[in-house]
Amino acid sequence: MTKFLKRRQFITAGLATAASASGLGTAVYFADRYGLIPPDHTGIVGIGETLTYATQRLLTSGHSLAREFKRSDISKVPIVNGPHPADEKYLALLAEGFENWRLSIEGLVARPVSFSLEELRRLPAENHITLHACEQGWSYIAEWTGVRLATVLDLAGVRPKSRYVVFEPFANPNQSRTVVRALWESIDMADALHPQTLLAYGMNGEALPADHGAPARLRLGRHLGWKNTKYLSRIVITDRRDLYRKGGGTWYGGI
Amino acid sequence: MISEANVEAAVETASTPRHIALVRITHWIVVLSVLGLLITGTGILVSHPRLYWGETGGVGTPSLIDLPIPFIIGPSVWNRPFHFFFAWVLVLTGLTYMVGSFITQHFRKDLLPAKADLRWNRIIAVVSEHLRWRRPEADAVSTYNVVQRLTYLAVVFGLFPAILWTGLAMSFGVTSVFPILATALGGHQSARTLHFTCVVLLLLFVIVHILMLCLAGFWRSVRTMITG
Repeated sequence: MTKFLKRRQFITAGLATAASASGLGTAVYFADRYGLIPPDHTGIVGIGETLTYATQRLLTSGHSLAREFKRSDISKVPIVNGPHPADEKYLALLAEGFENWRLSIEGLVARPVSFSLEELRRLPAENHITLHACEQGWSYIAEWTGVRLATVLDLAGVRPKSRYVVFEPFANPNQSRTVVRALWESIDMADALHPQTLLAYGMNGEALPADHGAPARLRLGRHLGWKNTKYLSRIVITDRRDLYRKGGGTWYGGI
Repeated sequence: MISEANVEAAVETASTPRHIALVRITHWIVVLSVLGLLITGTGILVSHPRLYWGETGGVGTPSLIDLPIPFIIGPSVWNRPFHFFFAWVLVLTGLTYMVGSFITQHFRKDLLPAKADLRWNRIIAVVSEHLRWRRPEADAVSTYNVVQRLTYLAVVFGLFPAILWTGLAMSFGVTSVFPILATALGGHQSARTLHFTCVVLLLLFVIVHILMLCLAGFWRSVRTMITG
């Protein structure tokens, strides 16, 4: 009796293990296929990051929109988080009102293009009054004016195998490659094509102030502040998972 | 599938364990994850130790509470990722506990107070006993008293869900699908303030919980939560 039970228990346990292993394997296969695995899925932190990213991507699959507010909700004090870059190239562009600034769209595109500030302004513009919050805890509401990133990507012709869009801001030229890389940010195609994702060049009805990211910054409705790259200089479309900020923290960030 | 040996052993000792395995295992995982959440949560909080009401707030705008701690921004970048890791451990353990407790009838048998006990004089009697630091009788320890039952129910069905709600209400991804999670609380900053308030309440519960363990015999109580 006992021997029989033991063998049966052994077989049951074996079957259960095999079932969970193949179940996990299938789950990982489908999660990867449907873009539910973030680039930084390894390690202890990767477990939480993957669960959060997969859950939110499933929840927000229908391009769910971030909350928008009324003009009267706009904050009187739009908090500035650190001053604009102080390198010569940026200061020179700032001094001439970014007349010679060009934003290039490169990488996995059919037609690499670049836009001047004036050319960006001529593309269909949108206004979104949204909440901008920092992971530190503070937040403000502002109206952002810009062109949808999706419009710009469409003009460049994004190749089907593209997975991420990388944003490079201005950095001091004497900074090491590691420091420069620490400023890169990347988003997935779901966020890139989201209707509230703007290349914003206007804020609260005026040109984007230098300290808020002039000439243009990324504005994401469904992300925290640090993901909204300021002082854009180059956009690269890629299928590489590793092209993003290496300055600590996670890629998706949970919010 | 009950083996004869098990039945015999059960008959011999003729006593059921003080805490079922589900409660014992989930209890300690919750302890560890809450500890992790407290440490990382404090790390996030000290990067901006001011609390606001409504949607917005920051340096230069009026605050609700200015916590008497300095702004420490440096190491906060890893607090958030670990906070979410521990949050997932807590949520998944909490779900296991919830489902398991309904299956094993833990809520009905151990936590739901008897109708007769739900009277003010009964509740006041229990509270005054404890306030006078009177060690409970051995019999009384084998089951939860009415105040314990009500407190545990409030923590399980009130405080933990409130902490989860207020946490999720700060997520732009989540509020893009369920905006009411934030608007019902008064906004993004209100959610942050309430998240903090709920954690203070949880800390108060933990302090009283540990004091009561000391009253009942700290190590004996801890042992029953480990071995049964």
